[in-house]
Amino acid sequence: MAAAVLIENLQKSYGDVQAVKDISFTVQPGEIFGLLGPNGAGKTTTIRCLCTLAKPNSGKIEVGGIDAIASPKAARQRLGYVTQGVAIDKVLTGRELLKLQAALYHLPKKIIGDRTQQLIEILGLDEYANKKIGTYSGGILKRLDLAAGLLHQPEVLVLDEPTVGLDIESRMVVWEFLQELRSAGTTVLITSHYLEEIDALADRLAIIDKGVVIAEGKPSELKDKLGGDRVTLRIREFTSDDEANKAKQILESLSFVEEVIINAVQGNSLNLIVKSGQSSLSKIEQSLEEVELPTFSLAQSRPSLDDVYLAATGQTIMDAQIAASSTRDLKKEKKQMMK
Amino acid sequence: MSQSISNSKIRSALAPNPSISGKNTQQSSLGDFIQETLALTKRLFIQLQRRPSSLIAGVIQPFMWLVLFGALFSKAPSGLFGDDLSYAKFLAPGVIVFTAFSGALNAGLPIMFDREFGFLNRLLVAPLSSRYSIVAASTVYIIALSFIQTAVIVFASAILGAGFPGIAGLSAIALIVFLIVLGVTALSLGLAFALPGHIELLAVIFVTNLPLLFASTALAPLSFMAGWLQVIASLNPLTYAIEPIRYIYGHADWAIDSVVMNTPWFNFSFSAVILVLLAFDALILFAIQPLLRRRFA
Repeated sequence: MAAAVLIENLQKSYGDVQAVKDISFTVQPGEIFGLLGPNGAGKTTTIRCLCTLAKPNSGKIEVGGIDAIASPKAARQRLGYVTQGVAIDKVLTGRELLKLQAALYHLPKKIIGDRTQQLIEILGLDEYANKKIGTYSGGILKRLDLAAGLLHQPEVLVLDEPTVGLDIESRMVVWEFLQELRSAGTTVLITSHYLEEIDALADRLAIIDKGVVIAEGKPSELKDKLGGDRVTLRIREFTSDDEANKAKQILESLSFVEEVIINAVQGNSLNLIVKSGQSSLSKIEQSLEEVELPTFSLAQSRPSLDDVYLAATGQTIMDAQIAASSTRDLKKEKKQMMK
Repeated sequence: MSQSISNSKIRSALAPNPSISGKNTQQSSLGDFIQETLALTKRLFIQLQRRPSSLIAGVIQPFMWLVLFGALFSKAPSGLFGDDLSYAKFLAPGVIVFTAFSGALNAGLPIMFDREFGFLNRLLVAPLSSRYSIVAASTVYIIALSFIQTAVIVFASAILGAGFPGIAGLSAIALIVFLIVLGVTALSLGLAFALPGHIELLAVIFVTNLPLLFASTALAPLSFMAGWLQVIASLNPLTYAIEPIRYIYGHADWAIDSVVMNTPWFNFSFSAVILVLLAFDALILFAIQPLLRRRFA
């Protein structure tokens, strides 16, 4: 059986900016696949290439075995696309938008009314369907977007950051719905910069950073592969470089400590990888006391997806997110998005 | 999410359906093109119905042209505008064509806003049988609006004393309005895809609109103009739309081969004028191809 989505050595530049340098991953039919990475990592550009909105400079894209670059129309018919809540017409009602969308996907005229009503009911939009979209809240809008993406019963539903800006309740609704969708047999490809979202939903994922895939696999696999436990240590709330380096030296000499990284963006906190199942915390505290270094906070946990990202890039997704948002030119990006 | 339908029903409603999502998209069928064009046109009319101010203004404005310009020249010596042609009769064709022209020039604005707000992306990820349906929908919409405006102007002019062209005359007017609107709409749609944003599009509309009005025979005959302006007006497509309509208003006995337009250099029969307008449309439709292809590729 052909992969639901296959992306191989994808490259895409806008002017002299290489948004996607080399991205490859495979989505199997019937799974929820997550693309995880900070903003600006190339997730949206990858999705835009997949949905035929942008033409890649090189690489291969297949949807259900169909070459999306050579036969974009066939790929479009097989994909549902739910994007970051911008592409709506506030003057139409929800039902009118769904009917328009149904016609654009060439649903037989006889079934458009029924099919629209069906999705309105499934997504709990009955109360809103005949109101103008301009009056919808973020959560309702997202449900309408989901309904619109599913009208033609696509093989793959692609969601670009579907829960950004949603309240927690609406986010849970989206999560539950995507799981329901998977059990119905629809493949789901979702991008997010929320670790917990991908961890909770995805059967498999690819982590993207600066336009390349840095890890691909099941969430549990990726975490287990890292091995050990994670310890986060803050000597002070904001630690000086000297003290951080001193602590690093001492901790590295401990037998159960495998690696120590100084996280400069987080006020020189120290991220340690230690052997699992050891009572490491008291020993760490003890050895710091011996050289008269205080302990502001100390915590141990199993590796998370963030640790997978951290191990590959040397910073957490949140930090990368903050760093990226300060250097992004949103105006320029909007121009690139404009067709 | 909803209790009113059973789980198994939800499941089958959400499952992939190869009969729709796996549809053969290789042959682009005319039925698909018509379906998507009608759906897109319907959207524009729903917008119009919910936000009618632009249509209301589009009807009031030509009405004011008629009243104000009519009053401006009401004491002009009789016969000044040609053999026993009142200024009301002289003016009506100018206002008809100019109104249709202005409306068509704005045709690109909704598309530009769709580009800026990202709604166009929704259309571009859909498996449209041809993306020209987006252009076709806007064209159908603008032509329908122009016909509504033209009808209002014809009635208002009749009340103001311009008389009423017969059925054949009205059909000929409709044909001419159609031809001028088609070309100008295509031009505006091409610009909507070529220019970076609505500010630039509005600027182009702004500098084109009134100058083309004054450089045509809408308000005064060629013989009133300076020599250089006569040259420009004789090349202005608006003149080729105004003059035949004016002839129809002045001559109940007009025919296909009547000479409807006189310039110092050439004289044009009704059929020749139609050919010029057709050539104008063909030229513009040809010229915008690269602009559309750049966005639609």
